[in-house]
Amino acid sequence: MNIHEYQAKEILRKYGVSVPDGHVAYNSAIARDWAKRLGDGPWVVKAQIHAGGRGKGGGVKLARTPDEVRNIAREMIGMTLITHQTGPEGKLVKRVLIEKGCNIARELYISLVVDRNTSKVTIMASTEGGMDIEEVAERSPEKILREAIDPLIGLAPSQCRKLAFKLGLQGKQVGQAVTLLQGLYQAFIGSDCSQLEINPLVVTGEGELMALDAKFNFDDNALFRHRLIRDMRDYDEEDPNEIEASQYELSYISLEGNIGCLVNGAGLAMATMDIIKHCGGEPANFLDVGGGATIERVTEAFKLILSDHKVKGILVNIFGGIMKCDVIATGVIEAAKQVGLKVPLVVRLEGTNVEKGKQMLAESGLNIVAADSMADGAEKIVRAVSDLG
Amino acid sequence: MSILVDKNTKVITQGITGATGLFHAQGARAYNTLMVGGVTPGKGGTVIDGFPVYDTVEQAVLATGATASVIYVPPIGAADAIIEAVDAGIELICCITEGVPVLDMVKVKHYMQGKKCRLIGPNCPGIITPGACKIGIMPAYIHKPGPVGIVSRSGTLTYEAVWQLTTRGIGQSTCVGIGGDPVNGTSFTDCLELFEKDPQTEAVIMIGEIGGNAEEEAARFVRDQMTKPVAAFIAGRTAPPGKRMGHAGAIISGGKGTAAEKVAVLEACGISVAASPAEMAEALLRIYQPAGLNQALGY
Repeated sequence: MNIHEYQAKEILRKYGVSVPDGHVAYNSAIARDWAKRLGDGPWVVKAQIHAGGRGKGGGVKLARTPDEVRNIAREMIGMTLITHQTGPEGKLVKRVLIEKGCNIARELYISLVVDRNTSKVTIMASTEGGMDIEEVAERSPEKILREAIDPLIGLAPSQCRKLAFKLGLQGKQVGQAVTLLQGLYQAFIGSDCSQLEINPLVVTGEGELMALDAKFNFDDNALFRHRLIRDMRDYDEEDPNEIEASQYELSYISLEGNIGCLVNGAGLAMATMDIIKHCGGEPANFLDVGGGATIERVTEAFKLILSDHKVKGILVNIFGGIMKCDVIATGVIEAAKQVGLKVPLVVRLEGTNVEKGKQMLAESGLNIVAADSMADGAEKIVRAVSDLG
Repeated sequence: MSILVDKNTKVITQGITGATGLFHAQGARAYNTLMVGGVTPGKGGTVIDGFPVYDTVEQAVLATGATASVIYVPPIGAADAIIEAVDAGIELICCITEGVPVLDMVKVKHYMQGKKCRLIGPNCPGIITPGACKIGIMPAYIHKPGPVGIVSRSGTLTYEAVWQLTTRGIGQSTCVGIGGDPVNGTSFTDCLELFEKDPQTEAVIMIGEIGGNAEEEAARFVRDQMTKPVAAFIAGRTAPPGKRMGHAGAIISGGKGTAAEKVAVLEACGISVAASPAEMAEALLRIYQPAGLNQALGY
């Protein structure tokens, strides 16, 4: 799960990480009021969407007067912002962050991630702030500093100082860096992040350290113990079908193609997409119904696929372990009856209760093409869809 | 021979009184695995469908002599269940639970350092030595004893590979699902090392997916340390970047961990990579001729 920048900064404040004073606004009049309440300008108006690259797309603007804040906010709220991360369709801006501007002397980069290789939280830092870290890693990997954090000790002050000196911080900034980095680590642990990125971390003209932008990714598996973070979820930022799917504990991601897939298991679901592509087709989605799916969940999964108007055919690929094939068959039949099946459907069943499942589908009266294997299923659905033109 | 488990392995089930735990304990027993009991705190002293239940793993180990444990405890208690099994001296812990918070696993991993104990998973189907010992949720009937080792990050894709082998008359030595999470107990390389040493295993299929670089690391191990032929498949060639494909670990981030990158490294290390998931067995048979396999099968 992701959150907005202003929400990220609220969390950081709680952990004592220095961020600019600011407030969110949903309309231009309120934006102007907040500018006045925050004190003297200039102010920065920042579009709040779940995507990076906002500056280049016109989603970050400087204002010198409260009226200018209002005018900019008026333009921004309701605009569709296109950045390299939103895709060509862009994202609708519904809220803006009004923030006090600051003089930037230096831009640094800090992030925390769980490093799979060491199985430890690792802090990464670089003097190349304000840039895409991937770009830095590509061009000058030696500029990325890393410290692995011992889960028992936590982020040691000595590690923070080491980074601070390597980043060229001086005097009281070193002490500030220790406080800030430890705050970031506590925020990471305290809210079960999978990634926390501060880009840029700035040294102001006055010599203060401040997190100018903040991006949190949370571990979805740990959200059960963070109600306040769950409440920050902005459904407007997510694909409606993916939200619907998550309510039924289905793992669903919509894609560009026209062949809907219903599969059990994430690996097999990915592999099913791959084999469709391999046979010359394009998958319309990733959908893992999971191991312990009920008839209701399968029915909803099937309805979800059918609700996507791009879908010109469906491939069901099940290798039942925990998942019983007759449960899948019942769900498919139920959904097809409820919604009406107007596109070709190819079903490949294998595993627990396979004979029963096959028999149910055969006797259902539905126009279902049975497949003997994964390859057979993919070939059949790709052919059926291409025959439709 | 096989790796990690055989017909003498005594197994307890943590979370045996839950529906899932009991169902799979029964399935494993039906496969003649030595399922010697289970643990559910507060239900010690009872018996469920013939399985004695203990309050703690320590009690279960003392009473049964179990050396392996399988965990079906919900995510909120899974890390604690692993720690309890480690403390009780269990040698092989298999955590089936899906959805364990990553930072819980970071702590567990740290806690297990230097201890004589192996964790498989979490978020995995388990481990099976066909005809001898089944620990986990895989359908039993698709397996057949034989010479091919399988190691995989994905459950159902493992079944697919097993089935492709079995329908061609080729059996498996041991199949290990290492799980789809970013922090897990046993790596591809760990399993490859064990397969290399195991006399029964003649060849290996490794099934990876997008995200991380465990497959690349394993490929270098194959190149430098392995004499046995290895085939592979990498799921997620069509996955878009930045989207988590079901598994917490299956995500292309920052342009890293793509299938194309992995396939290139694997092939450079001499691994036969299947172009599609339907060709995992073929990819192996391109580089490996099972002894005694009927020529009439066409290989």
